[in-house]
Amino acid sequence: MFRDLGQMLLLLGNTVRGIPQAFRRRRAVGEQLYEIGNASLFMACMLSFFIGGVLALQGGAVLVHRGLGSQVGGLVGLSMCKELAPVMMAILIAGRIGSAMAAELGSMQAYQEVDALRTMNIHPIRYLVLPRLIAIAIALPALVIFSNIVGWLGGAFIASFNPDIAVPYATFMASLKDMVRMRDILHGLLKSFVFAIAIGTISCHHGLQTRGGPRGVGRSVTKAVTNSIVLVLLLDYILTRILLPFDA
Amino acid sequence: MNDPEPIQSQATGGLPISVRGLHMSFGAQEVLRGIDLEIKAGELFVLMGPSGSGKSVFLRQLIGLEQPTTGEVLVDGQSVTDETRHRARMAMVFQSGGLLNSLTVAENVGLYLREHRLRPPSEIARIVSEKLRLVQLPDDTSEKYPPELSGGMRKRVAIARALTMDPQLVLFDEPTSELDPLVALTVGREILRLNRQTQATTVVVTHDRDLAFGIAHRVAFLAEGRIQALGTPTEMRANPLPLLQQFLAADFTPQ
Repeated sequence: MFRDLGQMLLLLGNTVRGIPQAFRRRRAVGEQLYEIGNASLFMACMLSFFIGGVLALQGGAVLVHRGLGSQVGGLVGLSMCKELAPVMMAILIAGRIGSAMAAELGSMQAYQEVDALRTMNIHPIRYLVLPRLIAIAIALPALVIFSNIVGWLGGAFIASFNPDIAVPYATFMASLKDMVRMRDILHGLLKSFVFAIAIGTISCHHGLQTRGGPRGVGRSVTKAVTNSIVLVLLLDYILTRILLPFDA
Repeated sequence: MNDPEPIQSQATGGLPISVRGLHMSFGAQEVLRGIDLEIKAGELFVLMGPSGSGKSVFLRQLIGLEQPTTGEVLVDGQSVTDETRHRARMAMVFQSGGLLNSLTVAENVGLYLREHRLRPPSEIARIVSEKLRLVQLPDDTSEKYPPELSGGMRKRVAIARALTMDPQLVLFDEPTSELDPLVALTVGREILRLNRQTQATTVVVTHDRDLAFGIAHRVAFLAEGRIQALGTPTEMRANPLPLLQQFLAADFTPQ
């Protein structure tokens, strides 16, 4: 495990050192961004709408019962932007994009494409990992912004149309605007950026470490997804602890 | 199809290879058990042997993709590192071709020149076209993706890609595996012709006896992790070594 961790840090270090060459890889970054957006945007919107809705349903019922129905917007707004949107989008991206990255790089390793790059003195990390890492680091925070907006709308929709809650849209949004500060949104975006780097690094690492044929690729994909999700949840706790004093 | 016009290579001739006391182990399994070998500059050298004898591992050592457990490989008197590989323009054609499936044939062939910014894009396009003609691939191949090609075509694209490096050393890993005899013959002739044209040192790893004896200046027989026999094709055919004779005589004739 520690060897894997060391190799991942080396991979990340090598990728960061390649950032000055990122402009040359802009086409590959664009392709990766398209892949991520295309694969995830619809799913992210669906997921976020229902998360916002469930939050409004669960929290709204309790708050209305205690005469605090006007605060449902704040509850949904803060829960989405600080916690649920970054974590749920990270898990979605780990499953959809992390697995695809590990599978693609794993196949390239298995079919000697990575070796071919090395024989041409083309740095596999700068050629293959750098564009993927940049793309995921841009795409995940962008998805979180979408997720926040759709989640809030989902919450507002359920809050206003569910007869047990019946909080009007305007009241919901007023509470949301009152309680959610820009700092809260930025905290969520910072978390999602860190999650993106973690998912990208883990997935590319396991892809490039693939040994053997299709079974090896399958093993790499499984490791990439499970390790990414575990690390996302661990990092979420650590980041929340670090960011907590700044919330005051 | 007519033979294309010969293309003047920029290679300055081949490089000599010196292999000294090469051992390679994977855990407890010792794959190479001490190989000493000299390959002359410009030579077309074939390493032949049964499957699993360590031929491909040996080839990966030659180009520095793996480091030996002990011993050393010297190319033109220097051990193989990323820098020396680049300077010496060492190219390898992999068993699977090693083509990038996400790139077209033209992008694959021009990859080395483009990534190292060795030529302007218009000249890269011209060189790619020349190299594809050299390996006798039709023009309409250039915009196809590797999965759309046959095994033989993929091998020829890989050869074309290696040639864009104007290599002084070219390594071929099982160039005729998975090919029918006619395509294998074409690929074998390409290797021979390229060696003559470019004078690049050429090392071919194969278990194809016809290919080995048909193109090689010298042949080595690798078995049980060691070079068991070495010589010209004529000398090898006459070599009485039982392991070699058993390998050469193996066929499907009913007993």
